[in-house]
Amino acid sequence: MKTMMKMMKKLSRNRLDEFFAALAEKQALYLPVEQGEGQARYQRWSQGAKLANALNTVRSAKDFFFPQTENLVDFKMSGKTIEIIDPRTEGEDFVVFGVRACDARSFTILDKVFLVDPVDSYYKSRREHGTIVTMACTRPQETCFCTAFGIDPAAPEGDAACWMTGDALYCTAHTEKGEAFLNALPEFWEEAEEEPVKAQQEATRQVMARLPLSKFSMGSFGGEVLMKVFDSDKWEGLSEACLGCGTCTFVCPTCQCYDIKDFDTGHEIKRFRCWDSCMYSDFTKMAHGNPRLTQKERFRQRFMHKLVYFPANNNGEYGCVGCGRCLSKCPISMNIVKVAKALENDTH
Amino acid sequence: MQEMMTAKAKELLQNGTVNRVLGWQAGEFVYDITPAVFETAEELDAGFVYNDFCGNNLSKYLIKESRKEGKVLAFLKPCDTYSFNQLLKEHRILRENVYVVGIPCDGKTDGETLKAKGLEGILGCVREGDTLKVDTLYGEKILPLGEALTERCKVCRGKKHMVYDELLGEEGELQGSARFDMVEKLEAMTPDERFAFWRGELSRCIRCNACRNVCPACSCEKCVFDNDASGIANKAAADSFEENMFHIIRAFHVAGRCTDCGECSRVCPQNIPLHLLNRKFIKDINELYGDFQAGEDTESRAPLTNYQMDDVEPGIVYKRGGKG
Amino acid sequence: MQVNTEFKPKIVAFCCNWCSYAGADLAGTNRLNYPADVKIIRVPCSCRVNPMFILRAFQRGADGVIICGCHPGDCHYTTGNYYARRRMTLLFSMLDYLGIEKERTRVEWVSAAEGAKFAQTMNEFVAAVTAMGENKRLEDLRCKK
Repeated sequence: MKTMMKMMKKLSRNRLDEFFAALAEKQALYLPVEQGEGQARYQRWSQGAKLANALNTVRSAKDFFFPQTENLVDFKMSGKTIEIIDPRTEGEDFVVFGVRACDARSFTILDKVFLVDPVDSYYKSRREHGTIVTMACTRPQETCFCTAFGIDPAAPEGDAACWMTGDALYCTAHTEKGEAFLNALPEFWEEAEEEPVKAQQEATRQVMARLPLSKFSMGSFGGEVLMKVFDSDKWEGLSEACLGCGTCTFVCPTCQCYDIKDFDTGHEIKRFRCWDSCMYSDFTKMAHGNPRLTQKERFRQRFMHKLVYFPANNNGEYGCVGCGRCLSKCPISMNIVKVAKALENDTH
Repeated sequence: MQEMMTAKAKELLQNGTVNRVLGWQAGEFVYDITPAVFETAEELDAGFVYNDFCGNNLSKYLIKESRKEGKVLAFLKPCDTYSFNQLLKEHRILRENVYVVGIPCDGKTDGETLKAKGLEGILGCVREGDTLKVDTLYGEKILPLGEALTERCKVCRGKKHMVYDELLGEEGELQGSARFDMVEKLEAMTPDERFAFWRGELSRCIRCNACRNVCPACSCEKCVFDNDASGIANKAAADSFEENMFHIIRAFHVAGRCTDCGECSRVCPQNIPLHLLNRKFIKDINELYGDFQAGEDTESRAPLTNYQMDDVEPGIVYKRGGKG
Repeated sequence: MQVNTEFKPKIVAFCCNWCSYAGADLAGTNRLNYPADVKIIRVPCSCRVNPMFILRAFQRGADGVIICGCHPGDCHYTTGNYYARRRMTLLFSMLDYLGIEKERTRVEWVSAAEGAKFAQTMNEFVAAVTAMGENKRLEDLRCKK
């Protein structure tokens, strides 16, 4: 267990808003805020913003590094010349506060896609400018299954990790960026004992053990069983009710497929990328047509990617962090847990 | 009711009336029900369920199912029968391949609705009289039904089936509904307030297309928003304009055909009250062109493919409703 | 509402080939003035105007959109404008419901013989849109120069 309890600091809860205000003066600060009906979203801090109580945000935190739409390049035509404009401006440093352990792990998965050769410079720049401050979970939901991926929601990763107790916010740094976060406003922090944090972790782990999916494990998917899983006769039934919407892929913290399109503004061309979804009928549509003609094939692609292709290329690591968003959001309640359970027998 | 339905399904499979059954399948938790097709009595025993969480409208699946070999048994709740009729009217379902069994409904809830009420870690749920007793990781909670039901069920228009081959249980009655209350509230606002309201709602849209894909009225084989040649195909809203456009056009495309089944709002991962757009069209149609309920029958002309010589002029919009 | 004298609105007018398009011609041959800010798009019938056309016009920078067709009863295709009338009524009502200024959209029936009405309609509409200023609520920032 990686619980480096070095240099635990704390901050009184009644100074939290003051702290956010002071931090936001120094750099952009994003945190989960309520958006109604018990749901939360990340928002840039502004006066009066309150940290949400919800366990997690509807949209994952991947937006910070891999936004849903992003302008890549502009083309301006004048006569026979085309001017190519890089619309990027120098990025600003920012802090994302309150990221949960599952989302924190998703960044390392996205890194394996965007930071390997050829490096995605748009993603890389945002990663370099962002500091991730995580928040330990205390009230996990029935949909949580992060422990299946070796994630400890009571001891999240990230540049710095926080624990919120009844009276104080505890924080410890994991990286240099995390140290910088603590050192940015030293006047707020005081040295702290680890006991309250340990007590909270103990309580959380006890709840975790009672979760309906606490015993769930992803089984032994991976490259070795590629054809066996691919050819399984279960896909037909599993995908039968799938609507072909993109909800699961768009709330997923690890889905990383995108499309690149041109938008004609009337006076220039904006080339932008936006999230794509393997659930959509025109996913990977090419000049010759589409390699996946039915929803069964598109549905299969999503789970093959997470359970087989990704681990095959990344030392067995699954493309899922168990955040449970797809479990609660799918309109027909079909999800990776049901799929993995149904296909388990095909893996041996 | 679940036992009665299972028995009926088995009987119809047994006597060869149908060769499969479209219904709901139980999931991991109490609320994550998936529409499914059952082919044998064993499959029915293993997974078939009908409970407070079976809100999915199964009508749209019949577009595909009715084109397969043999007859399919479909269990339809009162509000689902409107969608079924509407799809019949549009020649999207082959009626002769469907055996409709009307089933009663006393209001549905869903996981998201319960979570919106602050329930965390839902483990179980049973209905007890006028309350819902929910067992959670953090203790037991009792919710009055009035709070636990989904929005569409709170304003239910009645328990009467518009179409069926056979009915289980008692036929219900149509009833009055307060479904236009929120539309009226919005109409009474100033344009600035309305604009702020809708920006707040529509700016949350992630363009997942769940509203469109679940909608029984959205049954085009190729949606204009998926058609590259349309010039407006897009997978994400890159500007607030596109958020507005998508929802205006979608509501318009189903205007006069929308039965107000409420699936769009149920599936929206961002809880955008999309039904308020559809209900505005329904309310306008009722007021300007006479009361019309899509899916009530299979013959009448839809309001937007119909006209009267003395219809009101578009200028009426400048004179009526709202402030400013 | 502030009147901006500098502001020149962009107006898109969808004109039916059989009536108002000819009405615009007549306004021209009669040397009746109407603002050059009105850009006419000829359509075979007012019924051809898809609601999407109107939204797209706003997206690409229009500040007002007007649809001109044959008087009810006079449609070249007998009934086209009756359908258009229902569609546009509902669409405008929806725009209003979303808080988008309803005065930016209009339907007028202008026959081929009504050159004067065409010019007058355009003058009035341009004045109304000018008074409202730039379209902000249905704009697409990417299309702004």
